[in-house]
Amino acid sequence: MTYSLSGGVDETRRLILKGAALVALVGISGIRFGLTPALAAANDKYPEDAFKVKGPDDAIKALYGKTAEKSDKVKMDAPEIAENGAVVPIGVTTTLSDVTSISILVAENPNALAASYVIPAGTVPSVANRLKMAKTSNVIAIVEAGGKLYSASKEVKVTVGGCGG
Amino acid sequence: MASTIRVRATSSGETTEVQALIQHPMDSGFVKDASGNLIPPHFIQQLTFEYGGKPVFVADWGPAVSKDPYVKFSFKGGKKGDDLKISWVDNKGATDTSTAKIQ
Amino acid sequence: MRATIRLAATGVTLAMLLLGAARASHAADSLNPPADAKAFQKFFTDKFPKVKLEDFVNGPYSMDEGLYKQWKEKEEFPPYEFALDAGRDLFAKPFKNGKSFADCFPNKGIGIRQNYPYFDEKRGKVITLEVAINECLESNGEKPFSYTKDDMASVTAYMAFTSRGKPFDIKIPNDPRALAAYENGKKYFYTRRGQLNFSCATCHVQSPGDHIRAEVLAPALGILNAMPIYRSEWGGMGTISRRFTSCNSQVRAVPLKPQDDEYRDLEYYLSYVSNGLPISGPGARP
Repeated sequence: MTYSLSGGVDETRRLILKGAALVALVGISGIRFGLTPALAAANDKYPEDAFKVKGPDDAIKALYGKTAEKSDKVKMDAPEIAENGAVVPIGVTTTLSDVTSISILVAENPNALAASYVIPAGTVPSVANRLKMAKTSNVIAIVEAGGKLYSASKEVKVTVGGCGG
Repeated sequence: MASTIRVRATSSGETTEVQALIQHPMDSGFVKDASGNLIPPHFIQQLTFEYGGKPVFVADWGPAVSKDPYVKFSFKGGKKGDDLKISWVDNKGATDTSTAKIQ
Repeated sequence: MRATIRLAATGVTLAMLLLGAARASHAADSLNPPADAKAFQKFFTDKFPKVKLEDFVNGPYSMDEGLYKQWKEKEEFPPYEFALDAGRDLFAKPFKNGKSFADCFPNKGIGIRQNYPYFDEKRGKVITLEVAINECLESNGEKPFSYTKDDMASVTAYMAFTSRGKPFDIKIPNDPRALAAYENGKKYFYTRRGQLNFSCATCHVQSPGDHIRAEVLAPALGILNAMPIYRSEWGGMGTISRRFTSCNSQVRAVPLKPQDDEYRDLEYYLSYVSNGLPISGPGARP
């Protein structure tokens, strides 16, 4: 009797925990938790809400649930003056280890978060892409490594905006 | 219809460098058309690269990624002749998938 | 540096004034296209001694280091790739009558871009590649393409691609009408127009490498070698027709109809003075 009751409690507890985890994963605006990299990649849910936040600080919080510290181990390759705001080549690399994601934000865009890349174990922590910039702005690179956030930023001048006709 | 996905995956022995270009308008939702109406947002949200059945790279994109988006990354391993699977899904639910041979 | 540019520009203005004066006094008998082309190319190589002659086909990218780097990055996977593939498909696709573009062109249309435009002595007119493509379509019962973008840009992109590296080889036959077309194109190039009162040369001869507002101006030498182009500003492809009409609009002049006789003559002149420089199209531009 005792055993079966205890079993029942255990079962229920496990169920509740599972449910909580599920809520955490799905419910709270796609915040990434400290899952192992492979799992994070496999279960990665599109962080819809983080892309709808205005400023870069709030976007970083919405995406990761924490703040970043500056690091000279995060390197960003971005032009001083963009040839056209519609196509700004930006690359991010890092010498940090245990990198699980890299995100790029354009501070002055209507929504700061531009792109976020999941880096599973075995993938080189380096990415290049092309982004739109509405006007001259700081571009911020965030590297998530060992559960912490590191950042670098650089101003890119935009003389021909990338959001008009 | 031709694929919207162009991929170059090149193995150097140790790592495989992947470059991809996707044909997509990536409308931001902030631009007006000729008659002054806002063009609704239409952009790729997630782009996934899989090798050996496992994701090697996942891109989560917002509307600030350029039209006909481009991305470059590298992963360790990857043999010449093996398949790399690429797929994307956009905010309207449209998808495309392609497979590229590692060169 | 700036002083040198000014001086050089003044030199050209003077040279052009003299040229204009010479033209006015000697009329048509002083026309000498080979000497024109030589002087035109020398002007640019003197003005930009660090830029190799064949690099002028890379437009503003040959004049600005920051831009050059962004271009190199774009060229790793160029934005005209989709147009090029679409052009390859359109080019290979048979018309309803079973024929295809290959049947309309010498060497089945492969590697011939550098010979356009040419002067058709039968018709007494300049025939550009864009005109030849639409004539091919129409003579086979197909609908012609719109001149400025889309299918026309795709097919010309593919045809340019098959001709990459081949030097422009524009000929002026011994026909007074051909010379007249060349002269008319040259006149169009140097004539000021629009509310801004700019000629083509104001931007693309006097000021390449300088900024007009935010844009770095392309040199006229080699400008057509890179056509058609994917322009970030357009967010897509455009043909020579699109380039000419949009240039005219930018100086607030009323553009002519695409492939108007005057535009054809302009293309004839501008291609001829770039003879010897390699075809580099399709290109990517800011």
